[in-house]
Amino acid sequence: MPEADNHPVINSLELVGHSTIKLIEEAGYCFTLLFESLFWILVGPFIKRPVRISSIFSQMMTMGVAACPIVFVLSFSIGVMLAIQMIYNLRTFGAESQVVVGVAFSVTREFGPLITGILIAGRTGSSLAAKIGTMQVNQEIDALRVMGINPVRYLVAPTLFAMIVMLPVLTFFSDLAGLLGGAIYTNIEIGLSFDAYLDRTLTALAVADVMQGIFKSIIFALIITLVGVSNGFSVTGGAEGVGKATTRSVVLSISYIVIADMIFTYFLNL
Amino acid sequence: MKNNKSAIEVNDLVTHYGPREILHGIDLSINEDEIMIIMGGSGSGKSTLLRYLLGLGTPSSGSINLLGKDITKISNNEMHQLRQNMGVAFQGGALLSSMTVGENVKLPLREHTNLDEKTMEIMARMKLEVVNLGGFEKMMPAELSGGMIKRAALARAIVMDPKLMFFDEPSAGLDPVVSAELDELILELRDAMKMTIVVVTHELESAFKIADRITVLDQGNILMTDTVENIKNSDNERIQSLLNRRPSNDEVQADEYLNRLTGI
Repeated sequence: MPEADNHPVINSLELVGHSTIKLIEEAGYCFTLLFESLFWILVGPFIKRPVRISSIFSQMMTMGVAACPIVFVLSFSIGVMLAIQMIYNLRTFGAESQVVVGVAFSVTREFGPLITGILIAGRTGSSLAAKIGTMQVNQEIDALRVMGINPVRYLVAPTLFAMIVMLPVLTFFSDLAGLLGGAIYTNIEIGLSFDAYLDRTLTALAVADVMQGIFKSIIFALIITLVGVSNGFSVTGGAEGVGKATTRSVVLSISYIVIADMIFTYFLNL
Repeated sequence: MKNNKSAIEVNDLVTHYGPREILHGIDLSINEDEIMIIMGGSGSGKSTLLRYLLGLGTPSSGSINLLGKDITKISNNEMHQLRQNMGVAFQGGALLSSMTVGENVKLPLREHTNLDEKTMEIMARMKLEVVNLGGFEKMMPAELSGGMIKRAALARAIVMDPKLMFFDEPSAGLDPVVSAELDELILELRDAMKMTIVVVTHELESAFKIADRITVLDQGNILMTDTVENIKNSDNERIQSLLNRRPSNDEVQADEYLNRLTGI
């Protein structure tokens, strides 16, 4: 019996099995958290255990409004970067002025939501995991439960709500910043005026282009919140555990965001 | 003097941590207005027992009756009601670190009552006075010493005037003077508020001082539940080694020991 146990093929098969089960378990846990949060948001007010409006707003401030400067800087840079690359690329065809259309589509359909999602995953996803993990280690979660305060209602639901509202807003803001970056560089490089740039952008863009980005950002909001929160709740083993959960939640949510982006982009463009 | 109506009744409680059985069929009855100490060494299962008494886990089998309700069977709503009659002082206090002491104490009131802000404030201050922390409501938990945090946590636990009060290692990490003060506080609380109090501890001195009865746990079994005198006079070897701080000398099973070492 011991020999069969130690066979390398069987060992690695076992490892695959274990990690698959763990993955499915985690996904299940995330969905439980999602449905429980939705329950509290929708049903809570009717059974006199509402999600506090004040904590939703304070979350919106810390994760949304406070993130505006950094979102602006990154999106602006992405806009400039796209303009540089596209002008270089289009010059081979002598079609530099088409840069406007290229930047408009790339920013609204792809880079706006993606860069905002990745940024917020690093900023808010990590702080969620760290905050809830620390509370878990300090028995604050237990304390909430024994006080009859459901931790999902108190901690997760307001965050989820705030995230679903704020990430699309930030994404739209990021779209604008990216377009501004593109406009400024194009103006300097090929001398296209801002008016003309704006005019061509508005002609090229349809509402559906912006909406595609916004829709993806709602998916990203779910991913960031659920991955951060579920990693926080499953912290064991003190401060080191909190560190691990924080790192893990950032890596996982960025990976999931990129993969989800690919999948949704494919289906939204069928 | 004491009535014998039981506030907490545990029957044949069996719990597992993963595949390992931690509690092997615990029977325990705690009377109203009683201070029951649950004692035992590390790994005896006393913290586990407390977790299940608080309804923080689902037992493998057995029943736990709190104030006449079996918490392994009741609905979420009933549990929610019951929790408003329970107060818990955790080992590390477990104050929410993002809020001031005053906000922490007010939290249960805010969540469970419709009192106006001013009333809640007054009630919170009253409870902070009870634990000798008057005037500290504006401080953050990180600014308090260990003993003060435990007392603030106690204020939060009693703010709803619970009928059941649980303490997890109240004297852990405190100097003898502060720890003695906390003991006094527990006694005062019982007398003033007619609470049933369960204290999990391994501090003998404080246990003997405040206990009405003591339950000794060992490796997931109850060795004895009795009054302080009877526990002290018990001739059970493991109880005596716990009381006299003697190292326990389990007999070494030679074959088993060898098997463990060689990993067979």
